Formats: sequence, structure tokens, C-alpha cells
Amino acid sequence: MTTNEIKLTKKDFTSDREVRWCPGCGDYAILATVQSLLADVGARPEKTVFISGIGCSSRFPYYMDTYGFHTIHGRAPTVATGLAITRPDLDIWIVTGDGDGLSIGGNHLMHTLRRNVNLNILLFNNEIYGLTKGQYSPTSPLGSVHKSTPMGSLDRPVNPVSLALGAEATYVARSIDTDRQHLSGVLRGAYEHRGTSFVEIYQNCNIFNDGAFAALREKGQKEHNQIRLVPGEPITFGPEGERAVIAEPDGSMRIVPTEEAGERVVVHDPTRVEPTTAFALSRLAPSPTGPTPIGVFREVDRPVYDDELRKQVAAARERYGEGDLVELLEGGNVWDVL
Amino acid sequence: MSDSSTAERERIQLSSAVVRFAGDSGDGMQLTGDRFTTQTALAGNDLATLPDFPAEIRAPAGTLAGVSSFQLHFSDQDIHTPGDAPDVLVAMNPAALQKHLSALKLGGIVIVNTDAFTERNLQKAGYEESPLDDGTMTDYQLHEVPVTGLTLRALERHIEEGELNKKEAERCKNMLALGLVSWMYSRPIAETEEWLEDKFSSKPEIADANVTALRAGWNYGNTTEAFAFTYEVKAAKLTPGRYRNITGNQAMAYGLIAASVRSGLPLFYGSYPITPASDILHELAKLKHFGAATYQAEDEIAAMGSVIGAAFGGHLAVTASSGPGIALKAEAMGLAMITELPMVVIDVQRGGPSTGLPTKTEQSDLFQLLYGRNGEAPIPVIAASSPADCFHAAIEAARIALTYRTPVALLSDGYLANSAEPWRLPSVDALPALDEAFAFTTEPNQQDGGFAPYLRDEDTLARPWALPGPPGLEHRLGGIEKEEGSGHISYDPANHHAQTEMRYARLERIGAQLPPLEVIDPSGEAEVLVVGWGSTKGPLQAACHDLRARGRKVARVHLRHLAPLHPDLADLLRSYRVVVCPENNMGQLAMLLRAKTLVDVKTHNRVTGQPFASSELVEVIERSGWGEQA
Repeated sequence: MTTNEIKLTKKDFTSDREVRWCPGCGDYAILATVQSLLADVGARPEKTVFISGIGCSSRFPYYMDTYGFHTIHGRAPTVATGLAITRPDLDIWIVTGDGDGLSIGGNHLMHTLRRNVNLNILLFNNEIYGLTKGQYSPTSPLGSVHKSTPMGSLDRPVNPVSLALGAEATYVARSIDTDRQHLSGVLRGAYEHRGTSFVEIYQNCNIFNDGAFAALREKGQKEHNQIRLVPGEPITFGPEGERAVIAEPDGSMRIVPTEEAGERVVVHDPTRVEPTTAFALSRLAPSPTGPTPIGVFREVDRPVYDDELRKQVAAARERYGEGDLVELLEGGNVWDVL
Repeated sequence: MSDSSTAERERIQLSSAVVRFAGDSGDGMQLTGDRFTTQTALAGNDLATLPDFPAEIRAPAGTLAGVSSFQLHFSDQDIHTPGDAPDVLVAMNPAALQKHLSALKLGGIVIVNTDAFTERNLQKAGYEESPLDDGTMTDYQLHEVPVTGLTLRALERHIEEGELNKKEAERCKNMLALGLVSWMYSRPIAETEEWLEDKFSSKPEIADANVTALRAGWNYGNTTEAFAFTYEVKAAKLTPGRYRNITGNQAMAYGLIAASVRSGLPLFYGSYPITPASDILHELAKLKHFGAATYQAEDEIAAMGSVIGAAFGGHLAVTASSGPGIALKAEAMGLAMITELPMVVIDVQRGGPSTGLPTKTEQSDLFQLLYGRNGEAPIPVIAASSPADCFHAAIEAARIALTYRTPVALLSDGYLANSAEPWRLPSVDALPALDEAFAFTTEPNQQDGGFAPYLRDEDTLARPWALPGPPGLEHRLGGIEKEEGSGHISYDPANHHAQTEMRYARLERIGAQLPPLEVIDPSGEAEVLVVGWGSTKGPLQAACHDLRARGRKVARVHLRHLAPLHPDLADLLRSYRVVVCPENNMGQLAMLLRAKTLVDVKTHNRVTGQPFASSELVEVIERSGWGEQA
């Protein structure tokens, strides 16, 4: 098995297909980060499968020199679940977007998360429908004016991290397309986590929704707005750490000047089994236009659906022995006609 | 069960009989029918059953909507249908009588549970006066039996000793009815006693109560003077072999397991519960020791997606649903078709459209499976034709899927799913060796060491089945049009046209490699051809048999393959003076045959949720073939 010992590089995960996202799209940065990360963590291209739905982000598999499946709108988790159940030897990644994953595919997302199937979900959130050319999405802020909502959108946006935590996902993180180091960190965590990992990635659509995440991406703003979650550390942020997150008696969280926080500052612990604290943290930022937590919200161990399903099959074989077809067919009341 | 009075009864030998049990959904009629079926099978009769129950789990008690029935036809000869008109009707309440009396043969036997003929129940059934008193029953042999009261009396001790309460005791009345009918038809009840003891092994007092009621029913028949005759239907002369009873859904599940065993591929079954397909899931969920993984998905679409994923992973991937669920799966079935992965999609059809008649049968999804996807998306479609045939149809569907790398639609229906028939068990070694149908591709197929996932086998036009795993074969599948060979996405107009033609060519290739059509024409001189598909086989077979018995020369062909149609079919149809195609839909196969062959196929269509009666088909074929003089 000498091939397994050769250290792979980003190039080994890069397909020969021309990348066709718009120039300046945040997807390029995510693609490069993922390709490098897989080489770094020692993943094998032949044991890696990227599965996507429909949308700009869902072209992702074509650019990876791994196995891939560009499925249909919203359904990537369904195909990935069937593959995960049948193939425990594979690393399966889902690439989806805010429309694909939260609108048309919202049902599958919720059920995949609660089942805790062994796969990694990357949700590229650009708060817009890009491929259909600029309609508002389930994450667009209330009142968004786009082609289909000239007088402003009327429906309340979904917070993907809150949704994932509500479904009791076992690994929930958020990062930013252009912050390579931070993104690599949460993706590495996702790769290493057994069960469903959910990573929301703020991704800039420079054509239809440019600057949606400026508060978190741009120099001069991001220093003030990124609340970087570090396990075991008090949650403070700002250039001088001058602001802090505290927990209120009712369980909600609030931002206060650090000097006022004192003992009340929240120390980040993503391993809490109870998702309530992580949920409160996710509610801290109603939209990514101000201070917003990024990093790993939750990372807990829970039985993995496909592992448990395979265990049942093994247990049945243990109990009844390997199935015998003749025995099965003759299993009811049989009679002989001579 | 010996009593001197038995000897005084005359035992009448019958060639066949049709018995229908009818009662409230809570009366246990399906179970009663099932037990009578098993007893009958063990007596060596050929048989066919027709369960018929409401969609409501517990419709209001005593109402017409809540009536559930089970019909059994048994014979000392080879039979093909559950029978047209019953000889015996067991009516457990007025609603059951109201709903089913008109189906009974004139002069037939009616056994009614008089205890249920209360004013309130009569009213609910729409009777102003009791039909037992107003002359309604004059054309029938009426037996008024206080079934509930007899049951309670038989279980007096059980109630007194607190083993069960009155309500639980009343619930045993179906066993009393079964005991009585078993006595009438000289069916031994020992097997049912054993079955009850086994079923209620954790509640021995319930088992004992049911056995007591069963015996009380038998003894009632034996000792009262009300029944002058008993009947006997001798064992049928069936083809030698080992037999069991089987329903369509059970046979389907076993067929899938057989396909798994014969292909060496573990079965993956992903589905969402829906009537009348759910029993396949229930059955397979018990068979995990065959390596079968069953996955209850969050919805129909997820079930279809999971099957695509499992096929990509290298399992024998199968889903099943009914019409409404298939509609939801349609987009994903298109993806399965264009990615050319092998899988089986079973449609246990029910009355449509929309929610339709969930517990009734219909053949109206043929067009949905043939054409119900966006774009030109041809997939093979086959149909099972009897409960036991579901076993072989499942294997055939898997064979086509694995050989040609395509999703295959397999049609069953509510009638096949729930009906039972004796099945001569096949030799397992003689089943198709499905492991010869495919091989996983593990090596590059290009001179330069690359891999082209859409390079085709010349014989089958199938593309390689390359699972994730082997280095060097990394490739991307998807729903966007594929370039021939490389499988890269392609918007090239000529390529799209060529790919579309190729997908039809692959379908035709399946047809070209089929064995010859089987045409049944004992005379060899028939000018009238009856064409059928699916569950109409039994009634069509019986109707043609009757017609031949009265001198009509009629040929019959029953289609397993609906897409592609057999390449010889057009010539076959053209060689007859009259072609008639009765269906439980509004003429779907007939329209297809007309379009594909330009033969003026005659139709007969009925969608009442019930299978055809063979007598109805005799008339239809007679009229179509020889004019009105029938």
C-alpha cells in the first residue's frame, strides 16, 4: 500500500474541469481551502465523495478530483444517506446552499441532522438565489428588495445555525469564505467528527448580493464584529477584547462591555450535551451585519444512524445466522403435492 | 370433533366454493379470512383470495363505510380468480349484509349475526326494517345465528374467573364464525388452534378464549339442526411440488431477497410508508439476516434519493410506493435514469387520482411509470401478474436493472399485494444467476489510464458500474446531460440528441434480448386475441377458459414487459382479426398498443376499485370477438 504513504497535495484533489463560477465569487476561496484541507488531513481522493444539489455551490463536485454526484434540487442529503448506509469506508461531503439546503431541501436537512448520518454538510450561505439570477432566499433579511420582491421580502429569515441546533445536530459550526485559516479549522473538525457535521459558510455573491457579509469579511469591520468562539475561552471580541458575551438569568445571551461582564462572561464549551447554550449563542446575532459568532457552536458524540443500522444487520446475522433462501421460502405452512 | 349427529348430515361434494366474510373493520374479518385461507390451503385446494377493507383504520362502528370483507375461492381444480359471486356470505352486522347481499348468488347461504341486528345498527346500515323479517332474504338460505351471544356463553367461565372482560370476550366472535364455516366446509381447525396458541403465547388466557370460541362455532354447526348439509371440496390436482400460500407483497419481498442472494449484492430498501406497499417494508425489515438494510426515509423523495445513493454505493437498491408516492419520486427517477444506475422502483398501484382509493386496486399508473418524468426519460417497465408472480417479477426487474444499468419500474397493485394464492416453491438453484448480469468496474478503461464512465458495452449498451473506492476511477455523475464516453457535462446540441437516442436504443436492446412471447391458444386457430397485463391475468385466464369450454377459439397473451414492448408484439397483434384489451384503467395499454402497432385494439375499462369478474370478461370478449349475439 505504498500509494497510501505518498503525501498528497491540493493538486491531487483538483479536477481537470474549468471552474465556471463568476469571477470574484466566494466559492473559489472555499474550493481552494477544501482542496488543501483534504490533502492536509490525509484524505484519499478515491475514498472521498462530494454530493451536491442544485445551485451555484452545487457545481462544486465537478471541480474536485474525487468521486462526485451532482444530484437534484435539495436532495443531496437523501443520496448521501443512501451512500453512507451502504459504504462506511467513504468520506462523504455535501455541498449545498441557502436555497438548496434550507428551502427546497429543508426537510432532508432536518432529518439528516437529527439522524446523525456520518457525513459533512457545507452550506454556502449567500443570502440570495444566484443560479436563478437574484431572487431572495430563506436567509435574506426581512424586507430584501430583489427581482421577486420589489417591495421587500415578507418572510422572516432562517438562521441556519439555530436550525441545525434545533435539529440537535452533533457538530455545528460557522465560518467565512475568505478566512482560509478559520475555515480550515472548522472543516478539519467536521472531517474528524463522526456523525453529521454542519458548517455554515458565509459566502459573498458579488453579482447579486455583494457585500452581504461585509461586516464580517472586510478589514476595518471584521475586527469589531467577528465573535470567535474558542473552546475553553471566555467569549470576548473586538480589537482589544473590549466586548464580552454574558448569559442572562433567562438563558439568553447579550453583548456587554467586557469590564461590565465580570464573572458573567460565557466560557465557550461546544461539548455540552444540552444544546440550549449553543442555541442561545446562535441567537446572539439576528443577521450577519453586526457582531456574529463564528467557529464551532456544538461538538458532541451521539450514536451515528448508519453505524447503528449496520449493527442491527450484524446483530440479526449473529442471532439467526446468514439468511438461507430455501428456509425463507419454506418458512410458512408448506404442503407437498405428490 | 366427533359427534353422532355428524353422521346424519349429508356431505355434499363440490368442485369449488366462494365464501365471503363481511363485518365491521373491528370485527377481525381479515384475520378470519386469512385463517380460513390457510386451512383451505392445507386441505390441498387451489385458491384465490380478495381482501377488501376501508381506508379508515376504525371507521364509525356499524356503518357502511366501516365494512371490511374477505372473499375466498377454493376449488379442486386450477383456479385463477377469487370468484365472481359468493356462495356463502357471513355478515357480522346489518351494514355488512346491506353492502354485500347483492353480490351473493341467488339461493346462496347467508349466515348473519343476529345479535348485531339492533335498531341502532339497522339504522346505521340504512335499513328501515330488519331485512331478516321483511322478505329481503326470501331468495337466500338464511341462517340466523346469535354469534355474539354464543361467544359470550362459550366464554362464561373465562369472564367469571376474570381472565377477560366482556368486551374482550365479544372480540372472539370472529373465531366462532370461523369455527362454524370451517365445520360447514369440513375444514380441520387444529392448525388454527396452534396458530392462536402461538400468536397469543404471552397471553395464554386470550389464546384459550379464542380456541374455545373457535371450537364452540364448530360444535354449534355440528349439534344444531339448522344446517342440513356440510360441504366438501376435495384437494386440487396441482402440479407436484412443495406449496405454500403467499400474498403479493410477501412474494415481492421474498423476490427481492432472492435477487439479492442470486446477485451477491446486499439489498438496500429505502421507502416511505404508503398503502398498499408498506407490507413489503415490514416484511424486509424482518429479514436483516440476509444482509438487507431497510431505511424508512422522511418522505418519498428521500426514499428515492437514498436508493440512488445505495446504487452508487454498489448495493441492490430498491424502493416501493404507490401512485402518489411515485409522483413525488418522479424527478429523482429522472436522475436515476440519466446517471444510469441500477435500481428497482416498485409501484403497488391503488385507485387514483390524488389520494384516490387507497385500499382499492387499479391499473392506472402505467402511463405515470412510462411517461411521468420531465424530458425524454425512458425506463423499462414490467408488471407482476399474480400474487406469487410478484416473486419472479422482482427477480426479473433486478435482472434488467443490473444488466442494463437502469432504474426499472415494477408494477404491482392493491389486489395482488393483499391477495393470496398457493405457490409452488421454485428451486432456488434454478433462479436466474444475477451475478452474471454485471461486474463492478475497478480498472481504468482508457489507453491513457483515464476512466470514461459513459463508455458503453456493445451488447447491452450499459455503461460501467464504477463504485467509489478504486483509485484512478474518480468521476462525477449528475443530472446535467452527459457527453458520451467521458461523462463530462455537455450542452452540445448534437450530443444531447445522440444521448436521447442512445437511451431509447438501450431500452430497445432489452426488448431484443427477451425470450419469445408466450401466446396461449390451445386451438391454434384463434382469430381473437386477448391482451392483458398485471393483475387482470387471473380473470382473463378464467374468462378464456370458459369461452373455450363453450367452443370459442380465443388466444391470450399477457405482457410482462410494458417498456420496451416485445419486438414481436406488433406482428402478433396484426395477425388476429380482433384484439381486445380489458384493463382496470381507462385504456392505457390499449392506447399504447394502438400507437405502437396501429392495430385497432378494442378496450374494456372499469375502475371500481375491484378486480374484474371473469363472467364480465366472458361477455366483453364474446361481444368484441363475435358481435352482440352472446
